[in-house]
Amino acid sequence: MADISSNFLGIKSPNPFWLASAPPTDKKINVLRAFEAGWGGVVWKTLGSQVKNVSSRYSALNFGSKKMMGFNNIELISDRPLDLNLKEISECLKLFPDRAMIVSLMADNDRNSWHELIKKVEDTGAHGLELNFGCPHGMTERGMGAAVGQDPVIAKMVVEWVMEAAHIPVITKLTPNVHSPVPTGKACVEAGTNALSLINTIQSVTGINLDTLVPNPYVAGKSVFGGYCGPAVKPIALKMLTTIAQDPTTSKVPVSGIGGVSTWKDAVEFMLLGASNVQVCTAAMNHGFRIVEDMCEGLNNWMDDKGFKSLNDFIGKSVEKITHWEDLDINYHHIAKINQDKCIHCGLCYIACEDASHQSINLEYGKPYNNYTIKEAECVGCNLCQLVCPVNDCITMEEHRVAPEYLNWIDFQKKGLPLNDH
Amino acid sequence: MIQSNRLSPEQFAENFSDIHPPFETSDAALVEANRCLFCYDAPCMKSCPTGIDVPKFIKQIATENIKGSAHTIFVSNIMGAGCSKVCPVEKLCEGACVYNFMEEAPIAIAKLQRYSTEKAMAANWQLFKRKESTGRKVAIVGAGPAGLSCAHVLAREGIDVTIFEKENKGGGLMTYGIAAYKVTPQFCEDEVNYILGIGGIEIKYNQELGKSISLTDLQKDFDAVYLGMGVGLARQLEIPGEELEGVEDAIKFIYNIRDKGFDKVAVGEKVAVIGMGMTAIDAATQAKRLGAKEVTMLYRRTQEEMPCTQHELDIAMLDGCEIVWLASPKEIKGKEGKVNELVCSIMQLGEPDASGRRSPVDTGETFSLNVDMVIKAAGQMPFENLVNEFNIQHSKGKININNSATNITGVFAGGDCVNGGKEVVDAVQAGKDGAKAILSYLSNNLTTKNNR
Repeated sequence: MADISSNFLGIKSPNPFWLASAPPTDKKINVLRAFEAGWGGVVWKTLGSQVKNVSSRYSALNFGSKKMMGFNNIELISDRPLDLNLKEISECLKLFPDRAMIVSLMADNDRNSWHELIKKVEDTGAHGLELNFGCPHGMTERGMGAAVGQDPVIAKMVVEWVMEAAHIPVITKLTPNVHSPVPTGKACVEAGTNALSLINTIQSVTGINLDTLVPNPYVAGKSVFGGYCGPAVKPIALKMLTTIAQDPTTSKVPVSGIGGVSTWKDAVEFMLLGASNVQVCTAAMNHGFRIVEDMCEGLNNWMDDKGFKSLNDFIGKSVEKITHWEDLDINYHHIAKINQDKCIHCGLCYIACEDASHQSINLEYGKPYNNYTIKEAECVGCNLCQLVCPVNDCITMEEHRVAPEYLNWIDFQKKGLPLNDH
Repeated sequence: MIQSNRLSPEQFAENFSDIHPPFETSDAALVEANRCLFCYDAPCMKSCPTGIDVPKFIKQIATENIKGSAHTIFVSNIMGAGCSKVCPVEKLCEGACVYNFMEEAPIAIAKLQRYSTEKAMAANWQLFKRKESTGRKVAIVGAGPAGLSCAHVLAREGIDVTIFEKENKGGGLMTYGIAAYKVTPQFCEDEVNYILGIGGIEIKYNQELGKSISLTDLQKDFDAVYLGMGVGLARQLEIPGEELEGVEDAIKFIYNIRDKGFDKVAVGEKVAVIGMGMTAIDAATQAKRLGAKEVTMLYRRTQEEMPCTQHELDIAMLDGCEIVWLASPKEIKGKEGKVNELVCSIMQLGEPDASGRRSPVDTGETFSLNVDMVIKAAGQMPFENLVNEFNIQHSKGKININNSATNITGVFAGGDCVNGGKEVVDAVQAGKDGAKAILSYLSNNLTTKNNR
């Protein structure tokens, strides 16, 4: 059995699965249920200046029969009294001393407010702090949340204030509502943050009610931009995580990966791209805390299969595999192959290739079943046919190198090699 | 003993309830619609005689464009609602669904088709706009699937259509020849009315060709004539005892169930059904559901050669019908003029015949069944005398056509009277083909007959 326990800046948890700062972590009753279900830790929903939330708060993007492919919220930070939150945090810590307890913070934009808040939170016995520089709605209008995270200078200043007062590890949570999270990430690391976490939610409009013409979520005939998350944002989160893992400055600190993590597979992907652990929210909001059971078991089985004994054996292993386009090997070429024994004659590969790619699939008419084969000379190896094929392993991509040696685009140009003629 | 009203109203209602119930909720339809792979040049579409764009109408259910979905169905098959209930989809669209290759249940195409078309009919969405009347007139004989389908296409194009129907209701075999647990008489009536909703189609009921109307008159009064009168004469067994009380045609039996009501149709205690086509199945299962104690189906060949689908055979077997293969009726015996015994020859399979199926050969051995009712479902015969009378070229009563046209100028034909008896969906396609041929004929013959 592999060891899936996690040590993040000295904060230990039995597994690398934390619940992100969000509604599931806003009070004792939820957090105790999460710990009972097996979650390794929680980031308590953001504490700070008193706010009041509206009704309704969430909306979702469905795709086909799959509900909540993407999820959106307009809820602000915790609107419960600060003292009550603090009291419940220490109670949870006493009941589950082996779990990680991080508290998310968003104070007003002045040094004293931050110092006072940090002092109160540290008194609870919490293990770490997470600075919310990412909330994209409501708080930004008051110069907080993403408004801080979008400006490296302000972010740096706030992290410096925090580091003056903090005695426990500090994680700075970055916003994706920027062209790159690296400038703010760098500024925060230079200001002394002990770790980073990303991504927070992405500003979004999930859809419009076609009867009322009011976008979702509906609040008395109006809506606002919300924060987008859930499975749909995973690819964006992984990209941003990679840029943080590849930057010489930001890669010096551990990263907690966030953004659409729903399964153990997602978690492994975040960790392969440099996250030391992951935070989950939408999947738990969709299915409840019980999902952590399979996350632990799946991770464990995968590690056993791959021969990884601890998390550090694989964290960051895929970071170097994402390179610059100029470094890709132009002599690599692969061609689609359709396994006729597996083909169900749906024609999806054909029409995709014909309408949207390189007309590389041959249709042999039959009634009712057409047969489809690859025109090898035409196939550019784009993968589209394989991606649309509903049958697992029916279409495979077979390697047919142009030449044995590695050749990148720069050298290709230098050698004056011929470009496509059609 | 043959008697009616064997069961309580509740039992009848249960026995004749819808065998293919609809989706209970729109969510259920959405889940199924979203399973569809949206195949290109889809095998289901190519396996539908009317060529309904199945992937498109299912996609339209998935996008909640139900009106569009219904239009996609009706534009290819104006009886798409009825066909969703009576088509042997296991050998057509659903049989061709690519999910079968994955050992997965095929998409419930018929059920989805019913979902859209039922909504369209319930809300009376008239999805086609009739063009302004051209003043051209076409007579159609028979308000069955072929006739209605032909009429609808013509009406859309601004032709004034008059249908002459020998019964007092439209729908043809859909209304009169199909098991009541597949379609109800009320549904058939609603479907006919929905089709007529386009306007420009008048049905004259109780008008029988060769009796109350003549082809000559129709030719005189209309710019073109379409014959879609189907088949109707049950094939006789031509064995001794056929005249005994208790020997009945399956078509007549099914007709009575539809026309008179479950409690009014008499059925035997022990019933033999001769034949193994769809009509034989409908007769056998309904005899059982009317309260017959024992129903035995007899077929002179084996399961390999049976004309019905496995799905249909399963319905009969689940209803508790006994199946006897390689049995051919030899003689019906009676007492006091009433059936009490059926003597059958035991057959074996010989050389393939013209149909390519191995033909049954009499072994000389026989067996007997004690029965009080014999239902004959050995096929139907076309109206040979009728077509002879009008000098229409035919093959054993089946009208010969060339691109829907008969040998008589301006007279077209299609459906069962041409093919000898196929599915409703085949007749609908024949009606479309006929309409196309008639429109082409009319555009080449511009003189309109106005002396009606």
